[in-house]
Parts: sequence; structure tokens; C-alpha cells
Amino acid sequence: MSSTNQTPVTGTAIVKRGLADMLRGGVIMDVVNPEQAKIAEDAGAVAVMALERVPADIRRDGGVARMSDPLMIQEIQAAVTIPVMAKARIGHFAEAQILEALDVDYIDESEVLTPADEEHHIDKWAFTVPFVCGATNLGEALRRISEGACMIRSKGEAGTGNVVEAVRHLRTINTQIRRLHSADANELYALAKDLQAPLALVQEVAAIGKLPVPLFCAGGISTPADASLVLQLGAEAVFVGSGIFKSEDPTRMAQAIVEATTHFEDPSVVAKVSTGLGSAMKGWETASLEQRLAERGW
Amino acid sequence: MVARRVGVLSLQGDVGEHVSVLESLDVEVLKVRTPQQLASVDALVVPGGESTTIAHLLVTSGLQDELGASINDGLPVFGTCAGLILLSAEVLDGRSDQWSYAALALSVRRNGYGRQIASFESPVEVRGVGEVAGVFIRAPKIERCDDGVDVLATYDHGDGAHPVLVRQGNVWGASFHPELAHDARVHGLFLDSI
Repeated sequence: MSSTNQTPVTGTAIVKRGLADMLRGGVIMDVVNPEQAKIAEDAGAVAVMALERVPADIRRDGGVARMSDPLMIQEIQAAVTIPVMAKARIGHFAEAQILEALDVDYIDESEVLTPADEEHHIDKWAFTVPFVCGATNLGEALRRISEGACMIRSKGEAGTGNVVEAVRHLRTINTQIRRLHSADANELYALAKDLQAPLALVQEVAAIGKLPVPLFCAGGISTPADASLVLQLGAEAVFVGSGIFKSEDPTRMAQAIVEATTHFEDPSVVAKVSTGLGSAMKGWETASLEQRLAERGW
Repeated sequence: MVARRVGVLSLQGDVGEHVSVLESLDVEVLKVRTPQQLASVDALVVPGGESTTIAHLLVTSGLQDELGASINDGLPVFGTCAGLILLSAEVLDGRSDQWSYAALALSVRRNGYGRQIASFESPVEVRGVGEVAGVFIRAPKIERCDDGVDVLATYDHGDGAHPVLVRQGNVWGASFHPELAHDARVHGLFLDSI
């Protein structure tokens, strides 16, 4: 390409991963209507996830959870200036096509919704809009990246208000990355087989010592302290689902988690924003759950 | 003056990319989150990210007035994308309560090149550097510049040439992200100008 012929190219890896880079150090908040989206933006959210029910309500209501009504997504797009994400069911590329046609900024191929395909995830290379996918371990993360995911988030256990599973997933991913980073080159073939991940991605992670895309945390974050914890464990940003609008004072909780995410290394700031916040969402002990959302996807 | 220590405003955004580009230029880099840290740097980069979020965190971190005073006192500042928005005199299509430092006498339209699906890469010719990879992510579009603003690069997205890299005195702004292309030349130009 020459400088006189300035041909723009959309949907490249650098452009798709670039938006994830821009969200680093931020909080992405689940919202179910324009009013909540405004509260999230006012509180300093870097993006909102538009969905009909937060995971806690999906868990409570049961039934099949699907992509949200396009009208509701459009109303939220009109209400805020920050990026708007939306969820498609695992493997449901037609829902993803609809979300792309709606100009959403990021698609979450999410285990929070009921999977539409028990074998195949969406071929995300086929889209111009970028995708985020959940993972519980490094092999799963690299399989999603091989399918075109531009951001990985821990799955955690959505809608529980319990951060324990997100911590497990983050620690697992980072432990496995460290193992690759310290391995001999001739060990990577067997490690790729164990991880059930493409060799080229395994070699890339071994060389750079991190995922080739941003690693965010989701699933059960409900307090400023939770945000500080997962950032110290290596997450680069956080998704907060039910934790804000199921808390006693959503505006204050949202602001507090935003500040704790920026100043996660300064306990005095996290202490200040945690003071007198009102109660966080009630939450669930994960051992008591009948349905583990993190087991969806493979 | 040669900048000995360059800060990167580290409230939110692609801080890491700016840090690694600056480190490749052999300057000391400091992540800035507090007024004390701001007071100790010779120049500052305001990264890409969400301008509403960074603006919010500037207020809650007690940096809003300090940074404004530093800019007025001549602190060299380079903003990319959200950083450009924060340095601009007029922000179009922003929040109704969106504030900015008005250090660059220009009007910028948030997401002026479209939502994420329209984000793009294109070569950009930068005066004094040559061709660089322009990475535009939900990029702001500079729609009007006062005469005092020096335009270092323009780009035509099919609707006429618009400035994409500008400077006014010690304050620089870019619509695109040289840091995402891991290209240190634009940052080098900024540091050389100090």
C-alpha cells in the first residue's frame, strides 16, 4: 500500500484486539435497560453488556436463555456513548450475525446463555465485529483464540456473587502460561497435546509469557475487594454482571468497583471506596448450585 | 530540554502499549495515578481508552485540576484517541456533561469514524517521519482546527482530508494509535520536540 492510496482495512486482528486493549483497566457492566446503562456510564464503566436478564435472574428463572431483543440493544446504544456489547449463545452464529448487523461493539459468545451447539463454537474469524469468550483453563482459552476470539475472560460462575470460580480459572490459566513460558521448545509438542490447543498458539504463549489477546475476569465479582483481587491475580479488566444492580446501592457500588479497578494496587483507596457501601448481592455458595454455567462450552 | 522521565496516565486504557513504546526510546517511564506522580514527570502521555471513564477517574483521583495546571504551565502532553478528546477544546457527540482541557484549539467528534465495526487500519503519512501504520479504533474525528494548530498528518476516509495528528505548542494529539502498531517514531517525534 502506498501513502497516496490510503485504503482502509476493517476487521483486522489488530483492530479487533485493539478495542479490548482500550478497555484495559476498566469495568464492563451488565445492564438490562437504558436507565441502568446511564447509571453505568455515569459511574465510569468502559462498556456495557446489554442483556435481558442478569445472570442471577437467568439462574433463578431457568428456561432457555437467548440473545436479547434487538430493540432493547438499540435503546441502550442510543442511551450511552461507551461501547455496547451483547451476548450470543455458544455456537449460534445466526444470533451473532444479528448482533453484528446491529453494530454492537463486541459479541460475547457466552455460557451464560443456553448453548445452541454442543460441538462447535462460532467461527469468529468470519466476523468483522470482535468476540470475547469465556475460559476455565489455558487450553480452552487457546481453542477460543484459534476460532478467532480477540479477548478471553475467565468464566467464573456467573450470577452467584461468588468470586471463587473466577479465581480458580485465573490462577489455572496463569499457572499454565508460566509452565509454557519456562518449558523447553521440544516440550511444547506434548504440552500442546495435553492442553488440546494448536501448537502455533502454544509456541506463541511460550515465547511471550502471556495470552496473545487481553485476559479479563468475569463471573462472581461483587465488591471492590473482588475487583482488586482478580486484578492482582493478573486480570486486565473486569466484567461485573449481577454484582452491581443486585446490590443495595447500585450507583455507589458501580463507582466503587470502577475506582478499585484503577487503584487495585493501593489498599487505602480500595478501603475508602468499600466503606459504608451497603450490602453486596446476596450470592450463592457454588457447592449448592444445581447448574454450573462454566461447564458449558469446551 | 530532553525529557528524562515520561509519565503515562494510568487510570484506564492501553497503558501497557505506551509504556513499552516509550521504554524502547530509552526514557524512564512512570505510570501516573496520583498528583504526586504527575508532579515528578517531564512529559505525559494520555492513552487511548474510554474518555468518559478517564475523565471520571481524573476527578475522583484528584488529578483533574492538577493536570490542567500542569498543561497551562507547559507540561508536554501527548494524547491518543481518548487522550486527544480530553485535550480538545470542543467535543461533539459526547455526553452532555463531558468536559475537556481545551489545550488543543479544535473540535473533535467522538466515534467520528464510526462504531467498532468501522474501526480500521490505514497507512498515514506523518510529516517528519514518513508513513506509519494508522490504527483507528472507534476513533475520534477532528472536524475543525484553529490556525494555531499545526497539522502533522491528515487522512481521507472518503469525506475529505481530516487532521489525524496535530500539535499546538507542547500539546500533541492523535486520532489513531501509533502505540498499537508498536511503532515508536511518533512518540519519538513528540519527545524530540520538547
